[in-house]
Amino acid sequence: MKAFREYFKNNRFNITCGEAKEIVDTKIIGVLVQFTRDRRNLIPVLQKVQEAEGYLSAESITEISHFLDVSENDVYSVASFYAQFRFTRPGDHIIKVCLGTACHVRGGERILDNVERELDIQPGQTTSDYKFGLERVACFGCCALAPVMVVDQNVYSRVTPAKTKKILELYK
Amino acid sequence: MTFEQIKKNAIAEWEAFENNEKPRIYVGTATCGCSSGALDLIEKIHAELEQNHIEATVIEVGCIGCCYAEPLVDIAKRGRPRISYNNVTPEIISALITDYLINDNPRPDLALCTIGEGEISGIPDISDLPMFKPQVRIALRNCGYVDPENINHYIARDGYSGLIRALKMTSEEVIEEISKSGLRGRGGAGFSTGTKWRFCYNASGDEKYLICNADEGDPGAFMDRALLESDPHSVLEGMLIGAYAIGASHGYIYIRSEYPLAIDRLRTALEQMGKYQLLGDDILGTGFNFNIEIKEGAGAFVCGEETAMIQSIEGKRGMPYPRPPFPATSGLWGKPTNINNVETWSNVSAILQKSAEWYAGYGTEQSKGTKTFALAGKVVRTGLIEVPMGITLRQIVYDIGGGIQDDKEFKAVQTGGPSGGCLPVSTLDLPVDYENLAAAGSIVGSGGMIVTDSDTCMVDLARYFLSFTQAESCGKCVPCREGTMQMLKILTDITEGNGKPEDIDLLLELSEAIKLASLCALGGTAPNPVLTTIRYFLEEYESHIYKKQCPAKACKELISFYILPGKCQGCLICKRNCPVDAIAGDKRMIHLIDQNKCIKCGVCLEVCPSRFNAVTKVSGEQMITPKELISVGSWEKL
Ligand SMILES: Cc1cc2nc3c(=O)[nH]c(=O)nc-3n(C[C@H](O)[C@H](O)[C@H](O)COP(=O)(O)O)c2cc1C
Ligand code: FES
Repeated sequence: MKAFREYFKNNRFNITCGEAKEIVDTKIIGVLVQFTRDRRNLIPVLQKVQEAEGYLSAESITEISHFLDVSENDVYSVASFYAQFRFTRPGDHIIKVCLGTACHVRGGERILDNVERELDIQPGQTTSDYKFGLERVACFGCCALAPVMVVDQNVYSRVTPAKTKKILELYK
Repeated sequence: MTFEQIKKNAIAEWEAFENNEKPRIYVGTATCGCSSGALDLIEKIHAELEQNHIEATVIEVGCIGCCYAEPLVDIAKRGRPRISYNNVTPEIISALITDYLINDNPRPDLALCTIGEGEISGIPDISDLPMFKPQVRIALRNCGYVDPENINHYIARDGYSGLIRALKMTSEEVIEEISKSGLRGRGGAGFSTGTKWRFCYNASGDEKYLICNADEGDPGAFMDRALLESDPHSVLEGMLIGAYAIGASHGYIYIRSEYPLAIDRLRTALEQMGKYQLLGDDILGTGFNFNIEIKEGAGAFVCGEETAMIQSIEGKRGMPYPRPPFPATSGLWGKPTNINNVETWSNVSAILQKSAEWYAGYGTEQSKGTKTFALAGKVVRTGLIEVPMGITLRQIVYDIGGGIQDDKEFKAVQTGGPSGGCLPVSTLDLPVDYENLAAAGSIVGSGGMIVTDSDTCMVDLARYFLSFTQAESCGKCVPCREGTMQMLKILTDITEGNGKPEDIDLLLELSEAIKLASLCALGGTAPNPVLTTIRYFLEEYESHIYKKQCPAKACKELISFYILPGKCQGCLICKRNCPVDAIAGDKRMIHLIDQNKCIKCGVCLEVCPSRFNAVTKVSGEQMITPKELISVGSWEKL
């Protein structure tokens, strides 16, 4: 690992994925090799790593910190500022309840209440079996069909509290 | 290839497409269409065409703005206008293919309107629809008409002719043209675009940057997304013109990562521009160089603010910094930077394609041109609209929006999102422009417009916006960080029935301080929703505070659900659906809600069969119900 980092530091990035494989988790390396080692790439790097891994693990933060030559502290400071980044493993199904203005005036909060109660978790949390994660978002742009709830890629519109239960059943 | 040749080919392609023997089928696949099932319809269309051995061209277009009528499918036969069909289902697709394509019956009963030249009896033209009649489409001119992934469509409809015109002018002449048009920034603040460009043009430095603000943070607005998904080139052409005018060689589009489709379409558009030498070095052989890079936001509302956005592009926490220096002199990487909103850029390309005078012909004295709005909430026809400045709110809500759903009473229209305010009935005849809305306590904002009815609690709406700004405050300055927190706390107390008489004065005092002392406009405008609701709906605040009553019956802590003993038929439906087992009852026994257990989710009200209508919601009242289970019918006898 150490040798690899030295190599990384000294070689501006001409390592191939094949070489990297043996040393470090290929997923992170596969992502890092797409970028130059420039601090301004920090946010795109975080986004791509999260896309590959589902979240930002402590190990990947360390890796990013070495790669961009930014302290881990700085990496966390930036990552924790933005709502997009998570630091814990997400659920298999991600439930997003819209709390944009249109959804709010049409009862979005009651939908969220119901999902919270059904799954016994708060927004930002994951069920203990990692089956479901819950997030609140502001506006999907389907305001005309409010209130809106999205499970994975499926959009459910004009949701009612009674309907939420049935929707969740589909994924259990 | 010269641009003339490119344009000739594009027009030839467009004409061949319009005059083709084969019928054309257009499907709206912006996010609104997709979420209503447009993608499944495309599969269905292909399957039906194959089954019936019909050849047709199926194209995906953007959003025409009738979100309430999605999914929309249009069919055009050669020499006839497009017929737009609304709320299409797979069954309707089968019917249309048999009836219109095979048997030539256009099915006026299923149609919304026709689009384009020609008439079809029994179907109105789009410009005669009440929703479209008052509209003028400049920024949205191509939305729903062109294939957003085909640059030739854009070019055939005069696209990039504005750039060609600009390239023949000097920078100063282009800036002058924009100034003359009277265009003001559409991102919220409404600052003169020409003046802003001049600042940046005059700033010294050989490297300058340009940013397109596509962060669209207002949580109830989708104008920029719809525009980028439906007609990305109109925005990109505007950016090229701006870059030429101020002398920028590098541009960024800062776009929310929640907009994957828009990002995708922008990438495609940039690639196509590169192929036509409309991007990169030596654009169209004129020696003008310009590159555009896409930066995806990471979910922070404050990054829509100019200085925070600059920080974010530099890879830092998106926290605003004090101005001056203004970005126009020292912005991204310390270089002069000009930031404009998506819609502003689309207007820029339109102005250069036509003329400043033409643009200034729309609108009012101080506010020229048009503005897009995302009309949503409790109106009948929700959607994306574009209207000349100076139109009244009444025309927007009633003529375009079709009035309030279920014939309820209009209460307020919220404009400007978390930075704006709620405007009551008395303001309905106000002409919409920057000055008038500001005088009424709100702002034009970026274009979110949410209509509310008697079921919406104004105190709760103010609390909602404060909860948003409080969560999105970056925490750098104290008035915004601590002030919004205190305001939210007071508002929450009021909505939960713990309000105190002095709370209203305290809210006003806090609002004043936060407005004056915040570092950026996030804090500076955060009190607006509270101030306007206190100004126009004081009695609702007083009801909550003095009577512990929510007139709209929306605040959970102040409402109760009851089963009306005279109406309950003992059918067990509510009991079975209650998530917390708070309902007691047996078959043919009058059901009872245990008020201590009830969490006020409203499921019982929703599931009680409408022929019984036995569940009621009250606020500030207590109802008399049986003490124990008694059989249906025995209540009246007691
Ligand atoms: C908290 C905050 C959020 C903002 N969000 C946006 C936004 O999402 N989109 C936008 O175009 N402008 C937004 N603005 C306004 C921008 O700071 C800026 O005024 C605008 O991009 C300038 O472009 P314009 O002159 O074309 O309007 C926001 C401002 C503040 C203070
Ligand atoms: S507010 Fe929920 S989709 Fe727009």
